[in-house]
Amino acid sequence: MSEAGFLSAALRSRNLMLGLALTAIFAAAALISLIWTPFDVTELKIAEKLQTPSATHLFGTDHFGRDILSMIMVGAQTSIAVAFVAVGIGMGLGVPLGLTAAARRGSLLDEVIMRGNDLVFAFPSLLIAILITAVFGPSAFNAIVAIGIFNIPVFARLTRGAALSLWTRDYILSARVSGKGAARISVEHILPNITNLLIVQGTIQFSLGILAEAALSYVGLGVQPPTPSWGRMLADSQTLISLAPHMALFPGFAIILTVLGLNLAGDGLRDLLDPRIRRVGR
Amino acid sequence: MLRYALKRLGSLLISLIVASLVIFACIEVVPGDPASFMLGINAQPDTVAALREELGLNAALHERYFSWVTGLVSGDMGTSYTYRSPVAEIVAERLVISLPLALYALTLTVLIAFPVGVLAATRRGSLTDVSVMGATQLGVAIPNFWFAMLMVLVFAINLRWFSAGGFPGWEAGLFPAMKALTLPAVALALPQASILARVMRSSLLDTLGEDYIRTARAKGLTTRQTLWRHALRNALIPVLTIIGLQFSFLMAGAIIIENVFFLPGLGRLVFQAISQRDLIVVESVVMLLVFAVIVVNFLVDLAYAWVDPRLRARV
Repeated sequence: MSEAGFLSAALRSRNLMLGLALTAIFAAAALISLIWTPFDVTELKIAEKLQTPSATHLFGTDHFGRDILSMIMVGAQTSIAVAFVAVGIGMGLGVPLGLTAAARRGSLLDEVIMRGNDLVFAFPSLLIAILITAVFGPSAFNAIVAIGIFNIPVFARLTRGAALSLWTRDYILSARVSGKGAARISVEHILPNITNLLIVQGTIQFSLGILAEAALSYVGLGVQPPTPSWGRMLADSQTLISLAPHMALFPGFAIILTVLGLNLAGDGLRDLLDPRIRRVGR
Repeated sequence: MLRYALKRLGSLLISLIVASLVIFACIEVVPGDPASFMLGINAQPDTVAALREELGLNAALHERYFSWVTGLVSGDMGTSYTYRSPVAEIVAERLVISLPLALYALTLTVLIAFPVGVLAATRRGSLTDVSVMGATQLGVAIPNFWFAMLMVLVFAINLRWFSAGGFPGWEAGLFPAMKALTLPAVALALPQASILARVMRSSLLDTLGEDYIRTARAKGLTTRQTLWRHALRNALIPVLTIIGLQFSFLMAGAIIIENVFFLPGLGRLVFQAISQRDLIVVESVVMLLVFAVIVVNFLVDLAYAWVDPRLRARV
């Protein structure tokens, strides 16, 4: 597809545009919160606690009188950073593993890598997080590691599967004939041809990472106070839900819209980049 | 079939052994030694020494690993430091809540996903299809614990149809017990049903495009007959795998949802054990959950091979 053709197809894809717009809103909120938020989220004003949404506090205030809109903006930083690094870990380790397994297909190494993946898959990310926090204590870093580890087999499997079918292609054969080694072929010929797949899966894992971070922080295993996080905001709101439902509603909407945005963008990209690709693992 | 089953059984055993090694190693790398970790920094040296003795920490590493594993196999999970009772007993008490909850949620998932997926696939491209798929997109994006909190607000606090949390115990009768598990099960099922409905739809669409469906139609079967006799059965194969995978998500998800509803299941046990630094409980419960997940996936693989003979040859 030509560049202009790609662009016009992208503009016509409703899913992609809606998804990108939603994602952009939250990315922008996170960026803006680095330099400015409507109110200071570290300042406690007990006199203004539990206010319902108003012109001053668009989304109301929490039980410490903190502005919920400001907290959601700063929380977006946390969510995006955690999910981004976790996907980075998954790609950074999973893709090389998958490429290696495909290059040495059928060997013992391939078998060991793939069985190792199955094993990690058997630990739901939450269990990994529980194990890690039981030993090292809860923190954002440990949450990232837990979510990241779970991402490794996803990318390793995807990479291996896609790479295997590429290894049978003629242009790979010609590269081999010209004397290139397996490692060089993997990097120069296989990797560029699976980038599309990796981007699409990356978007989906990113949204799963945001959900996982929220869940971990909600049960107190993720980001620790006072750092605002959407999951923690929901945990704080739980006992006050009948008194101040807005405390639960807005962070919840933030999570849903971000995840929805990423999923729609992922779906749209997949349809656009390769209509034949099926989503892996869900 | 037998050869396939034996081969899969072999890899099942290897997975279990590696999993137990990983979990054991995790607990071993606790900074300092587990006994002083569990007792905290203000513990008296003789208390620590007593606990070390009690936990068998003075034995060599491999001896400890083997006694833990042989204990697990014979149903002895050690003694909980904080509860002062056998871990196996505590776990059994909790399991009668967590397991029914996961199965309840799985049943709801299937009951919702099947009709929805079939409806969307048979009316592909219609308004029904588009709105159903939109709804599942939303279902996947909603954090289940948030959905659970909203259900508590609406159905427990405002309408008073359900209690906001807690569990009356099975001795209170089947109905009250199931009622207490209903909101948690719905919360767990929502995202999983959304995922499964999407899988069901795309799998059915794939099968409906097959040649044998056209043949069935050509020999005079009605759309409905073709759907029931040919398409659905074949479409179920990938759906089965996903259901197996979902079981592990339901077990893990139950850990969080139990905390929303204050259900005294395995999930709450794990969190209490973490906050009380009761590593023996954490270690055993995590191993149990991983065991459950690995065994379920093994069974799904077997079922898969039984349904589709082509897969047996591919080992």
